[in-house]
This record gives sequence, C-alpha cells and structure tokens, in this order.
Amino acid sequence: MTVNDNGITSTSINGNAIEFQSICKRFGSTLANDKVSFAVKAGEVHAIVGENGAGKTTLMRILYGLHKPDSGTIYVRGKEARIESPKDAIALGIGMVQQHFALIKRFTVAENIILGQEGSKFYISREKGNKLIAELSRSFDLSVDPEARIEELSVGEQQRVELLKVLYRKADIIILDEPTAVLTPQEIESLYATIERMKASGKTIIFITHKLKEVFRVADTITVMRGGRSIATMSVAEVTPQELSELIIGKELRVRGEQRVEPKNTEALVVENLVVLGERGNEVLKGLNLVLKENELLGIAGVEGNGQTELVEALCGLRRAVNGRIMLFGHELTGTPPWLLRSKGIAHIPEDRLSSGMIDEFTVYENLILGYQTEFSRAGLLQKNEIMNETAKLMDEYDIRPRDLEVKMKNLSGGNQQKVVIARELRKNPKVLIANQPTRGLDVGAALFVHNKLLEAKSKGSVLLISSDLDEIMELSDRIAVIYEGRIVGEFDKKDKVEDIGSAMLGGKGEYA
Amino acid sequence: MIDISIIILSTLRRSTPLIFASLGAVYSERSGVVNIGLEGIMLVGAFVSVIASNAFGLLPGILLAVVAGMAVAALHGMATITFKANQIVSGVAINLFGMGITAFIPEALMGMTDIRALNSAPLLAGLTPLVYVAIALIPVSHFLLFHTVLGLRLRSVGENPASADSLGINVSTMRYLGVVLSGALAALGGAYLALEQGGGFTKNMVAGRGFIALAAMIFGNWTPFGALGASLLFGFSDSIQTVIQTMGYTIPSQAIQALPYILTIIVLVVAVKRVRMPEADGKPYLR
Repeated sequence: MTVNDNGITSTSINGNAIEFQSICKRFGSTLANDKVSFAVKAGEVHAIVGENGAGKTTLMRILYGLHKPDSGTIYVRGKEARIESPKDAIALGIGMVQQHFALIKRFTVAENIILGQEGSKFYISREKGNKLIAELSRSFDLSVDPEARIEELSVGEQQRVELLKVLYRKADIIILDEPTAVLTPQEIESLYATIERMKASGKTIIFITHKLKEVFRVADTITVMRGGRSIATMSVAEVTPQELSELIIGKELRVRGEQRVEPKNTEALVVENLVVLGERGNEVLKGLNLVLKENELLGIAGVEGNGQTELVEALCGLRRAVNGRIMLFGHELTGTPPWLLRSKGIAHIPEDRLSSGMIDEFTVYENLILGYQTEFSRAGLLQKNEIMNETAKLMDEYDIRPRDLEVKMKNLSGGNQQKVVIARELRKNPKVLIANQPTRGLDVGAALFVHNKLLEAKSKGSVLLISSDLDEIMELSDRIAVIYEGRIVGEFDKKDKVEDIGSAMLGGKGEYA
Repeated sequence: MIDISIIILSTLRRSTPLIFASLGAVYSERSGVVNIGLEGIMLVGAFVSVIASNAFGLLPGILLAVVAGMAVAALHGMATITFKANQIVSGVAINLFGMGITAFIPEALMGMTDIRALNSAPLLAGLTPLVYVAIALIPVSHFLLFHTVLGLRLRSVGENPASADSLGINVSTMRYLGVVLSGALAALGGAYLALEQGGGFTKNMVAGRGFIALAAMIFGNWTPFGALGASLLFGFSDSIQTVIQTMGYTIPSQAIQALPYILTIIVLVVAVKRVRMPEADGKPYLR
C-alpha cells in the first residue's frame, strides 16, 4: 500500500483502483454505455479497446465527470464515488488526457498546467510555477519549456504538457484517450517509456486505443468494449491478437485481397519543382517533385506539418503554386480551379472531413451530391427522385448506417461520415484520388473498409495517400515517398525497413532508437 | 494658431467614454462573449445617471447608472451564457432595448426629449474625475487580466472553455463576470457622456460610440493598453474635427463630422490582419 502526496491511499482492500458497476448512459436514441461493469486494478496499465462508438470515450468521460451516467455506480479505491464534475474527479486523484488535447494554444505551457490550481488566491508568480513544473518534468523525464506557448509546440510536446497537467494535479489514476493517434513512431516510443515510468511510481493507467499492437506492447490487462457493453476483461497473456480482434469486431476479420493490380509505366500525375507559400508567406513547399503512375498507390509519409496539407491543397487547386508545374497525363493543370479539376478526374478526400469534406447540417443525400448538383438537376431544379435513387444505391454499396436517406450528417458516426465522403469522391471513378489521412479517427472495421476502397480506386485509377499512420502507408503503398520540410527526401519500397523511413521522416538525422 | 494643450484636453475628454466602453468590451470578449450591446448599455447608463443624479446627487447617480448597466448586461449574459443564444442577435436586441427605452421614458412619461443634469462634476486640472478613473483602470485591468488567478481563469474560458471546464473552472461564472463588468464599464462611459460632457441626456446621445469602442478594442488587440491607445486615437480625430470646423474652411461640416467614423473603418481594415481575437470569442459553450 502506498500513499501519495494528497494523502490518498493508492490501493484499497480489494486492490481495485476503479470499479464500474452497471454504468448506463444514453444520448438521444443511442445507448452509449449499456450496463458496463469491470474493475481496474491499482498499479496496472489497463487497456480499453473497441471500435469507434463502442462507448470507451463515453465511459472515461463519465469517470472524469464530463458526463453524468443515467444509472450505475463507480467505486474509486473501493469507495462509492459521486463524480459530478472534473473538479470532483481531480479531487479523487483522477486525471485525463483527452484525445483532442484540452490545451489553450495562446497560453504558455506553465499557464496551461497551473490553470485551476494556481497555488495562490490572487497573484500568480511566474517563477514559482516554472520551478514546480521544472521539477515535475525532471522526475518524469518529460522535458518542455514552461515559457513556450502551446501553439509553438509539436503534437508530441503538447501531449507532454497534458501529461504534466495531470501529474501536477497529483493524479494517481491516469486516463489516456487514444494517446498515440497523432504521434510519430519516435514519439510513441517515448510515450511508452513515460507510461512505464508512471506505472513504476505506483500510478494506475487506463489506456484507450484501437491499435492492437499497442495493447500487447504496454498493457497488463485488457477490457474489450463493443456496442456500448463491456464484453470481456482479461490479462494480456491470456489472449492472442487474432482472438482479440475477433472480440473487438464481433466477427472474423476479412482478409484483404492479395491480388493487387501492378502499377503501369504511364505517368498519371507529375509534380515538377512545386513551390507553394504558407499562411505566413513563407515557402512551405520548396521545389517538390513527384511522379504518380497509373494504377499506383503512392504513400506520402512524414511528420505532420512538413508541407503535406499545402501539397494536397495545391493539387486540388485550393492553393496557388508560385512556381512549378502539375501535369495530369501530360496536360498541364497548374492554376486550374477546383471545380474544373474535379471534372478532369481529380478527387479529394480531405484530411479534416468535418471542416472541408462535408456540411454537417445537411442530410446524407445532400452531402452525397455536393459539387455534382448540376448532374442531378434539370432547368435548375434538383431532381429528388434521381438523387434518392443514387443515394440509396451508394448507401447500400458503402454500408452507410443508419440506412436513412434524410438523416443529418452530424448524426452519423465518424466512420459513416467518412464513408459518405468517400462514396461521393469515388462515384465518378476518378483518374487520381488524393486521400489525405483517410482513416484518421476511424475504428478497425471502418479503416479496413476505407483501405479496401483505396485499393479499389487504385485498380481503376491512381491514388496518392497522405497519412501520418506509417503502418497504413506500409501496408497499402506500392511505393513510399517521404516528405520533409517541403521536399520529397527519399523514396522507399514497401520492403524497406520502417526504421529507415522513420529516420528520413526526421530529415535523415536518424534519431530512431 | 491652435493651442496644443486644448487639443490634448479635448482628446482626453472625448476619449474617456470610448476608454470605458472598450475596456468593458475587453473583459467581455476575453471571457468569450461578444457584446455588441455596448451602445445600448451606454445609453441606459447615460439616462439613468442623469435621472438618478438629479434625484440623489452626483455619486449615487453614477453608481446607480453602473448598477443599471450591469443589470442590462446580465440580461445579455442570461441569453447567451445560460440559454446559449446567438451573441450577435442578443446584442442587437440589447441595443434596440437601450435606444427604445431611453427614448420612450422621457417622451411618453415625462413629456420632454432633453433632460438637463442639475449637478455638475468638479474639475481637476481641467478634467472631470471620471477621466482619471478611466485612465487608472487601464493598468489595473492589465494587472488583473494578465497577472492574477482571476484573469487567467477569465481568459481561459474565452480561449478554450472545454479545457477550462476539464480543469474544474466554472465557465458560466467566468463569462457572467466578463459580461457584467463590460456592462458596468459601458454604463460608466454613458454616465460620463451625460454628466461630465453633455450636461444632460438627449435622445440617442451615444451616437455610435459603443460601436467605435468595439472597433477600439479590436484595434487594441483585445488588451487594456491597446484599447486605451485606440480610444485616444479616435478621441483625437474627434477633437481635431471640432478644431477644423472652427477654422472656417469651406468643407461641408457633415464631411468633417464623419471623420471618426471613417477612421474607424480604415483602422479596422488595417487592423484585421494584425490582431488576434480570443479563440472561443462569440461561441456559446456546450459541454
């Protein structure tokens, strides 16, 4: 039994840090948590796995006081706990790093960390805060400059700030929601090390993920959630990856067709010496060269913020090229407006579907014809019958749920929203599909579906895949190009070592441990 | 030859209502609530200050004007914070309310359009006390917003209320505080206009200063000192305007009177790219 600085006992008599008993939570017509019951032992790393919409995040938000359960009880260290708000959770020694970081971009690291527990009633002493934070970063090996503003930090550094926030509040039960989703391979390794260190200092870690690899790497115990229920809790040693994925999806994984179309020698898309300016007028693409062949899937790997977004925008006519050329089957496309590019056969799955892939207040059918309205109209009037027929067909083909033509986009899950975007973009069999982070935030099942669709698009045209998920790139690509500081710095075969690609992603300095 | 000291004094006088209102706007918007109802609140402050000071004396009059401004601002807060209404729509309603009620009461109930103020403020070095109050509030507000616990929390709900919420900060309380403070300050600006500058209340006497104050806040990049500088600039253009008018050029007086308003537009066009508003400004917070 250990006692932390708060005087809170870390372990209870039965050794459980947290016990959920019959937690139910309903949002409108969906039951997000349905009689969830399981226990998290003190001092372990407990992974909660499941598809998107399985209810993992909802449960954790309940534990952290961000949602109120409709019924059920939570026991913290053996005692029944009433958690009405994050304030109560913090007082109980519970901390949470949410998937979308809850950081204030304009504030400094120190301000973000001390906010809410400033250590005085009135005046804030900057020196005192900085000293405290420096000590904390040293003891957990989470180095970060307390005076830096959040917006100047990389995603990995921002996560360190989130962890420090939790540690500053002396939490000994720490919830991490999808912590690796946005990290580079190197950053993921250092996060694992931090988790080990936190565990060694007696803390309990609850780790939400849908990447199986991670579960086997860091977890002691696994709880599987599906459709709002807790399906099983087991020790890592008791289960194989195959069994675990079956538990998660509830059926056997479909094995992806290995009969892939070989790329032809025709050059579909050629980018020559492309120079593009960023928001601040600086050169973000500094003479980028790229060739995409017919029936090829070219993966662009790289740490986010090295020009990927600007490259995609330039290819889609959303950002002006100051120099260089873009050619589609020998015809120059540079400077062509987006609407014309679409009719020439360039389709685009944007990296942020919410802001640029769809209109969330519109219905599914309205989103499916976005940009193609003229095709479905006569004398300026939309032909509802034709639209509905096409929508019904696409919803079947892409398995978009719920099968309701008039449902608003915002009421669909992330995976189904992405299916709508992809259905729209692939409907016309594009010559070149530009897929930017197409599976971000999707669960295993939906991601698999998207992967199959990308391979299908490649067999009919070509695909440029931009992704920060290196596993995804390695699995799907015929060829891999690494982007670093606005240039393609290396080309790899899928047989090349992931370490070499990781090193190129960091500018060839080879910091891969 | 124009006496420089006259222009300086005139600039300070004309800037004062703008300093109060734009500082109020800083508090409100730093907490995440856009308050375009400042114009209406200034009118209410001006009106109440005249009526109340005629009845109870100068200081009680000013205090009651502040209370009235806080009450009207609290209405804006209730609509936008508690009931999550659109902040612009609510602000427009506050303006219409302020203009309507301050025109209705004198005309319908008192049978007059202008109300003279019976008490006048003493002069200290050529300026009335509220001018000094306005300027003193600038460093005080800067300290409060950027060096205290309260300021950090108030700014945090204007930048990222979800983050503040997850750290146990009550978003609604902080936002109400920002809005109510803006009401108090805007009403002070109105009271100054009526009691220390206008010598009474006349219909629609604020004449767009509430909106100019918003422009000053934006040009001042949502900071107290910035708002002060911008307010002084607008006050200066206002006082130059009167100087030009007395110099007897054959420029139509309407064109000269339009000067502060034209400057507002120019300044905003220039400022847009150089300033940065609080991230969650104007957005209702739903958990």
